Amino acid sequence: MTRLAIIDSGGANIASLQFAIDRLGVSSTLTTDAQVLRAATHVILPGVGAAADCMSRLRQAGLVETIRTLTQPLLGICVGMQLLFESSEEGDTVCLGLLPGRVRRFAGRAGFPVPHIGWNQLEFDAANAGNPLLAGLNSGDHMYFVHSYAAPPGPVTLARTTYGEPFSALVQQGNVQGAQFHPERSARNGACLLGNFLRL
Amino acid sequence: MLAKRIIPCLDVRDGQVVKGVRFRDHVVVGGILELAQRYRDEGADELVFYDITASPQDRSVDRSWVRRVARILDIPFCVAGGIRSVADAEQVLGEGAEKISINSPALQNPDLIGALSARFGAQCVVIGIDSQTLDGEYYVYQFTGDPERTRNTARRTLDWVREVQARGAGEIVLNCMASDGVRTGYDIEQLTAVRQLCSVPLIASGGAGAPEHFAAVFEQAGVDGALAASVFHSGTIAIPDLKRALAARNIEVRP
Repeated sequence: MTRLAIIDSGGANIASLQFAIDRLGVSSTLTTDAQVLRAATHVILPGVGAAADCMSRLRQAGLVETIRTLTQPLLGICVGMQLLFESSEEGDTVCLGLLPGRVRRFAGRAGFPVPHIGWNQLEFDAANAGNPLLAGLNSGDHMYFVHSYAAPPGPVTLARTTYGEPFSALVQQGNVQGAQFHPERSARNGACLLGNFLRL
Repeated sequence: MLAKRIIPCLDVRDGQVVKGVRFRDHVVVGGILELAQRYRDEGADELVFYDITASPQDRSVDRSWVRRVARILDIPFCVAGGIRSVADAEQVLGEGAEKISINSPALQNPDLIGALSARFGAQCVVIGIDSQTLDGEYYVYQFTGDPERTRNTARRTLDWVREVQARGAGEIVLNCMASDGVRTGYDIEQLTAVRQLCSVPLIASGGAGAPEHFAAVFEQAGVDGALAASVFHSGTIAIPDLKRALAARNIEVRP
């Protein structure tokens, strides 16, 4: 039985994530209680707003060590994914350090307005197509993005997206995964990704 | 590649979706949830709900429907109208909206843009601009939901576009009032002028009447999205047909 805990990171749009989970027929608990997180089968770390704000909320709630030591499947979404890395250029923030690397601001190239807002495509190699997180998805599928910072592609990248430059759209290492896009607002493809995560 | 966004706009008045011509003479076109569901299923990339009565009547948008919409929609949506404070925005976003769009309140209190951007991030903060040409210059208009109160703010549109970005706007919707509702095409010239000053995403609004108008505004003005209301509500343009037409011209769209 899936027991999903959503970390109440104080972001304003957690409701839309909860509704997306409801639509999958899974019940979820919004919490900052370390015990509830540890007892969950799956944990989602959502995030909207500035990385430094989100990190300081996690610190105030005393959750940094709890999140760092979770062993069940963990999914960071948007800023929640960025927090999984070692640090972010946004406000020069020290993050959770679960994944290697530093999150950087988009360069702001001509023809590529920042924030990157809208539906963009996942790109992944056939070698990754068998990954359970990508079940039912194809390279080229669109997901909905809204962000100004991103993690450069690296060893934990499962799928890339290109916006003037390639960046990590989906990452995975051990029990930790992150989505730079918003699966809760990515129509059928997003629901597919969330369902895949909940089956891990 | 990033897809160009097709964005139906649902003008909400007293809990119903309405449509007027040149911002006047509104008629009811349907229920909020019914239209939201229809556009979701037809492949709209995003929806905007605009409470056109909120600012002129100096009251806040009735937000009870935001949560109901958020429950059924799996695409992003933006709520506009009567958001005057960080607390107003917090409520709307907390109910499940992706973004908030500010128009008249930003003109009255430009500091609000920075406050919202600092609290929620620039990506949540859309600035709506109603613009009209007067003696060869573009000017920003205010309170356009109510013909009796609509007025020229004496601000030049291009100046305001620069200012809102400097203050932390994450996206701009430019509504060219002369074209609104008359279906003769987007104001390519004005949108091109604004695009050149715009380092954040720009959404075109006002004038869509045919698929060629969408193609023209993407190809010629380089906007990121195109917003329309009456052509979608009336069924004159079906979104799947529109997207096929755009794709046939090599314009990137989400299938």
